[in-house]
Amino acid sequence: MKLPIRVILTAVVASAALAACAGKNTKPAAPEAQAPQAAAQPENNGGKYTVDSLDSDSCLRQRVVYFDFDKSEIKPEFQAQIACHAAYLRQFPGARVTLEGNADERGTREYNLGLGERRGNAVDSALTAAGASASQLNVVSYGEERPVCKEHNEGCWQKNRRVEIVYTAKQ
Amino acid sequence: MSQRILARLLAALALWGVANAALAQGLSSDVPTIDIKNGTASAIPITVVPFAFEGAGLPPDTDVAAVIGSDLNRSGQFRTLPKNDIVEYPARGSEIKFPTWNLLKQAYILVGREIENPGGGAIRVEFELFDVAKQQQLLALAITGQRTGLRDVAHQIADLAYEKITGVRGAFWTRIAYVTSTGTGNNIQYALMVADSDGFNPQTVVRSREPLLSPAWSPDGAKLAYVSFERGNSSIYIQEIATGAREAVSTRKGINGAPAFSPDGLKLALTLSFAGHPNIYVMDLASKQLTQLTKGYAIDTEPKWMPDGQSLIFTSDRSGKPQLYQISASGGAATRITFQGDYNANASIAWDGKHIAMVQGNGNVYRIAVLDRTTGDSKPISVGNLDDHPSYAPNGSMLLYTATEGYRDVLYAVSANGRVRQRLVLADGDVREPTWSPYRQRGQ
Repeated sequence: MKLPIRVILTAVVASAALAACAGKNTKPAAPEAQAPQAAAQPENNGGKYTVDSLDSDSCLRQRVVYFDFDKSEIKPEFQAQIACHAAYLRQFPGARVTLEGNADERGTREYNLGLGERRGNAVDSALTAAGASASQLNVVSYGEERPVCKEHNEGCWQKNRRVEIVYTAKQ
Repeated sequence: MSQRILARLLAALALWGVANAALAQGLSSDVPTIDIKNGTASAIPITVVPFAFEGAGLPPDTDVAAVIGSDLNRSGQFRTLPKNDIVEYPARGSEIKFPTWNLLKQAYILVGREIENPGGGAIRVEFELFDVAKQQQLLALAITGQRTGLRDVAHQIADLAYEKITGVRGAFWTRIAYVTSTGTGNNIQYALMVADSDGFNPQTVVRSREPLLSPAWSPDGAKLAYVSFERGNSSIYIQEIATGAREAVSTRKGINGAPAFSPDGLKLALTLSFAGHPNIYVMDLASKQLTQLTKGYAIDTEPKWMPDGQSLIFTSDRSGKPQLYQISASGGAATRITFQGDYNANASIAWDGKHIAMVQGNGNVYRIAVLDRTTGDSKPISVGNLDDHPSYAPNGSMLLYTATEGYRDVLYAVSANGRVRQRLVLADGDVREPTWSPYRQRGQ
C-alpha cells in the first residue's frame, strides 16, 4: 500500500502532539513505521472529516474556548473552532463530547461552579446551534478546582477561564 | 514602574516565598503552629499556672495549662503571662499569694491539678479561677478525662473560664472541618479533614483524587455534608464522622453543590442546576423530596440558614455581579441585603443573625467583610488579596477564613472585630474551606 507522504507526516505530527501533551493519556510515541497503519482505515462516512481528523485537522485540534472575566459569551475568534467541532459531531452522530467548564480563582468556589457551568452551556448552545445534537453533549463544571496555571495574575487567570472540549467517543 | 523597583519587588517576593516554604517544611502535618499577627492592648491579662500532677505514674503528655493558655490567647480577648514570667506555682486557691500576681498586673489567675485515678486510666482535673484584685474565687470545678483526652478537658476548662470572665459561652471545645489538597498535576490528592478548633488531632473523613469541597456540619456535629467530584460530576454526600458511613443524597445532572443543614437538622439546602440554571432547593432529608426556592437564569448558590430556620441568605448574580439576598424558607421573593462592594458572596451567619461575614470583592481584591444588619454597613476584617470562605465560631467571637499566599492557601483565625489575626498552619499543601462546627455535647 502506498500512502501519500502527507498522511505519514500528519500521523507523525499527531503522535508527537499527543506525546507533548502532558495529559492523562500520555503514551510513548508510536514508532514511525507503525504510525501510518493507524491512519490506514479511516472511517470516512462521506463527510469532510475522518476520525483521525480529531488529531490531524488544525481546527479540530483546537479544544479550548477562553472567556473574559465573569463572562460566558463566546468571543468571535472561537467561532471557527465551534463550527468545525459542530461539523464533526454532525458527521459522526455517535461521537460524544464533555464540555468541561472552568473559572479563574477569583471569587467563591461555589459561585465559580455556576460560572464554569454557564460557560459550558454557552459552548453547548453554540455547538447545537451549529448542528450538533444535544444528546452528543454533556456539560460538567469544575469551577476553579482545575486550574491549568497557578499564578495570581491576569496572564494566568485568562488561561483558566475556559471550556475544554473533551471527546469521550469519537464516532 | 522602574526596573530597579520591579527587581526589588521580585526579590522581596522570592524571599517571602522561601520563608513560606521553610515554614511549611519545618512542620509535620499534625503539629499546627500559630503566628500571631497583631496583639491588642485591650486584651485581659491572665495567668494560667502549669497544673500540678498528683499521682503515682508518669504525668500525662498533654500540658493542660498550655492548651488553655493558647485557646485564650487565640481569642484575642486575653493575654496570658508568658511561662518564663511565672515565678510561683500554686496548684490550689489556698496557695495563691495575690500580691505577687497583682504586682505582675494580672487580672485573673487559673490554677489546677491533675489527680490520677488510683485504678489508673482516668485523670480528674480540678481547677479554680480567681479575680486577682478582689481575691475572689470565680470557679472551682473538676472535669474527668482519659489521659489521651486531656486536650478535650483543657478546651472545656478554657470555655468555662472564658464564659465566666466575658459572659459569652466559650467555643474552644469545638471542631473544624477543612479540605486539604496536596500534590500537583495528575497527582493531586484531596482530603476532607476534621480537627480540634486549635488544629490538633486532625482526622481524615474522606480522601479523593477528584476535588472535594463545601463541607457543612449537621447541627448535632455528628455528620458532614460535602461535594465530591469522584463520580466525574459534582455530587453531594452526607457522612457520619464517627463511623464513616455515607450516603449520596444528590447526584443529578449539572451542579450538585453548596449543601447546608437546616438548624433542626431535618432539611438540606443545596444548589442544583439540573433544570438548566443553578437554583436553591431544599431537600427533606427523610423523604429526599425537593422544594425549589429560587427561580430564574441567574447563578443562585451558597444558601445558608438564618439561625431561626425561617429564612436563608444566598448568593445571586441576578443584578449583574454576585450579591447576597435573603429569602423565606417557604420561597417567594428574595430581598437584596448587600449594597457595598462590587462582589459579595458566600455568607457565614453569626448566631445572633445580625452579623453576616462574606467574601467582598473590589476590583481584583477579595477580602472577608462583616455586614452589620442593624446599620447595613460592612467592614473588612482581613487584609489579603484573595481571601475566601469565612466561617463563624458558634459563639460569634471569632472567624476562620483562607488566604492565598504565594502558591498556597492557608488558614487564618480572626477575632470578630478584626483586631487579632493568626495564621494556623495545619498541613503541607493547600488548606481550604475551614468550617467551624456547632458546640459539642458531652459524650460526643
